[in-house]
Amino acid sequence: MALKTIAGVELEVSEDGYLKDMTQWNDEIAKEIATEIGIELTPKHFEVLNYLREKTEAKESLTIRGVGKSGIVTIKELYVLFPKGPLKFSSRIAGIPKPTSCI
Amino acid sequence: METKEKKPLEKVCIICAKGSLEDVYATLVMANGAVMEGIETNVFFTFFGLDGITKKGMNKLHTATTGNPAMRMPGGLPFPTMLGGLPGVESAVSGMMRKQMEALDMPPVDEFLEMIKAGGGEIYACKLAVDMFKLEKEDLSDEVHSIITIGEFYEMCDGDRTQIIFT
Repeated sequence: MALKTIAGVELEVSEDGYLKDMTQWNDEIAKEIATEIGIELTPKHFEVLNYLREKTEAKESLTIRGVGKSGIVTIKELYVLFPKGPLKFSSRIAGIPKPTSCI
Repeated sequence: METKEKKPLEKVCIICAKGSLEDVYATLVMANGAVMEGIETNVFFTFFGLDGITKKGMNKLHTATTGNPAMRMPGGLPFPTMLGGLPGVESAVSGMMRKQMEALDMPPVDEFLEMIKAGGGEIYACKLAVDMFKLEKEDLSDEVHSIITIGEFYEMCDGDRTQIIFT
């Protein structure tokens, strides 16, 4: 664990940059992590991020298949929003732990 | 001075030559996992592995109930080989396996292929095997990019951060 200042707030993050405490998350933090990855967030991105956060709060495991069935985006659109890391990057930006699913 | 620069994988080329449920799923899970990590992915189905991409067979794959020493009864007792040979047993066991996989959010084969394709992975069929089993392009899943030779597949495996995986 390391401390990192994101959007003016000092936060505890894991080695690969995932927030330790998802309740500290806000839109500004999301935007700054996204910029670091090279993604510019749109309202559609936030819909996905909020979905992921809701599922995580409900302690449900996340899969890209689940996101594809959420009605928010198709799996193809998810890859367009978060290229090369549909679950990994979206989870990091959403301030939730690193995904543990293989699918 | 020791350098510790990481050299992440850039490309995987996966070859699936066997058509049992577990062999095909091993291929699909690895391929989809690679796509999700942003790794360029090519999958080559050959010989009995073709069952994993034929419209007719892909969602009805079986796991072997004879000659499979790892097979267990529900509850963990060894599965008698004699029992595995009875008509219908392999179908029933395979159906149960598929149900358990579905419960873990593992999609059926056709949907899995779609997922790999949606992320930019490509699926190929082996020309020699397609000819041998007298199949046509129409018999294969729509997600199959094309029927190619092994030579053409090797050409796609260039790059010094590429790995070929044979399942």
